[in-house]
Amino acid sequence: MSGILVIFEQRGGRISRISWEALAAGQKLATAQSLTVTAAIIGSDTESLAAEIAAKGVATIRVDHPLLAQYTSDGFTGALHQLIQSETPTYVVLPHTYQVRDYAPALAARLNQVLISDVVDIAPGPVFTRQLMQGRLNGNYRATGTGPCLISVQAGAFRAESAESPTTPAEIKTFTPTIDAAQIRTKPGEPFRGSSQSVDLGSAQLIVSVGRGIKEAENLPIVQELATALGAELAASRPICDNGWLSMDHQVGSSGQTVSPKLYLAVGISGAIQHLVGMKGSQCIVAINKDPDAPIFEIADYGIVGDLFEVVPALTAAIKAAKQ
Amino acid sequence: MKIIVAIKQVPERDAQVRINSSGKWIEESSLQYALNESDAYALEEALQLKEKHGGEVIVVSAGPERVGQTIREALAKGADRAIHIDCDDLGNRDALGVARLLAAAVKPENPDLVLTGLQSEDLGLGQTGVIVAELLNLPHASLILHVEKTDTGLTVKRELEEGWFQSIELPTPAVLTIQSGGNKLRYATLMGIKRAKTKEVRRITAAELAVDSAPVVLLENIALPHKQKSTQMLSGSPKEAAAALAEKLKFEVRVL
Repeated sequence: MSGILVIFEQRGGRISRISWEALAAGQKLATAQSLTVTAAIIGSDTESLAAEIAAKGVATIRVDHPLLAQYTSDGFTGALHQLIQSETPTYVVLPHTYQVRDYAPALAARLNQVLISDVVDIAPGPVFTRQLMQGRLNGNYRATGTGPCLISVQAGAFRAESAESPTTPAEIKTFTPTIDAAQIRTKPGEPFRGSSQSVDLGSAQLIVSVGRGIKEAENLPIVQELATALGAELAASRPICDNGWLSMDHQVGSSGQTVSPKLYLAVGISGAIQHLVGMKGSQCIVAINKDPDAPIFEIADYGIVGDLFEVVPALTAAIKAAKQ
Repeated sequence: MKIIVAIKQVPERDAQVRINSSGKWIEESSLQYALNESDAYALEEALQLKEKHGGEVIVVSAGPERVGQTIREALAKGADRAIHIDCDDLGNRDALGVARLLAAAVKPENPDLVLTGLQSEDLGLGQTGVIVAELLNLPHASLILHVEKTDTGLTVKRELEEGWFQSIELPTPAVLTIQSGGNKLRYATLMGIKRAKTKEVRRITAAELAVDSAPVVLLENIALPHKQKSTQMLSGSPKEAAAALAEKLKFEVRVL
């Protein structure tokens, strides 16, 4: 087909938003390379999901098999390997989700290729940009192999267009991979929620969030005092929760909660992408960090470069004064 | 259980990053290095499994001479022995090339379990463990927070997005990539540091492993990211900056 194959992901019977962003990335690449885009949806009983994609005018392949009803790396890698060998796309575009991270590196290796993971931009060439050093640098990558080039795109990096649906939907075809139950070596259980969510950050208007810069659990009260003075909820980046200094339900980021408050005040958070995806939709972002090159400043509206142990108590006092 | 933990030495988290003259990587001369964080959690999981079930923990790491220091730290924490894949051109190999080195070093050991961190802090590819599993034709699970040994293999707790988790059963031998935060990390004891000096570190060169090293993906150059927003930086003493910020929060953001 020598085109672009975009792999859609479903969660609980619905197409995830990042799949449409992967489609947008695929369409951007298609325009630059004069190639056509085909979508693939993988699972069991995928008729309605395929129809939803085809309604947008994108030719769609249903990769359908009862053994694909639940995600397994063996099942998905095997099925998509067969699909790629049959369709021979030049590019395969995937959403950079936890699921894709679990199988796409193996899928690429089976094709003697390397996945260019977590892509944030595509430039002529094509050159694929991804982040290095926890977001402090960008790396520009090029595929030099002869086989299909696999890329996964970061959530939020490509805007999913709300394009007008054409009057006639695109073609849907079904691809039935050969899968034997014995090939699936892992047995996944049903997803379950972590410990009870007693902190609902999703509805908080004001959030003060603390990161690794706080150094010790004993130092947390100075940030709590700032949150109290502001009337804000206290949240944290992953390392704080990993250390057990705050419970997991305080965590903002890809593995925690996604928030978009009126104010997000980040204290001692450098801004690794796993954190940024959980808060970059906030209306106003303030960052206090000792490192002027911390990635958090790239998305901040206001920034203070300084020692948080001096700045935070001063800010608490200034806020109390301003509120009087 | 015979457990191999693949670990990576990475620049320290707070290291100043400057682009070097080639434009392809960062200036390394003044860098300090440390054990990659999620690899430290993988090592911790391995040590705890050994304490519960017995067996052996072997660390494997690829890189130049300086990697020896990180290997010694892992031995000081309790790993029994190590394999150092001596390799000065790690940066020229892509994820498949590095995984081929690791797989070739791991294979003759016939381990029950291979653990590695979920992703590195420098390149952040998050692929090495999954590719090693594919190359060794072993089942794998990624983003694992907890590992339980069962009669038939393992039950692991996998992290999903947005606060969800999942249990997965898989047979051994297997490969797991470990997410940070599942355990509390131990420190090396003085006794451990002393013992580490006598433990075996087998050095093997990349050439001896004779794997294909031609990359199919190239890092052409690196660059500073462009700013997505125009940030108003508030300067002055901490007190002045704090007062300026309170002013902005009151009159511009209107949250006070």
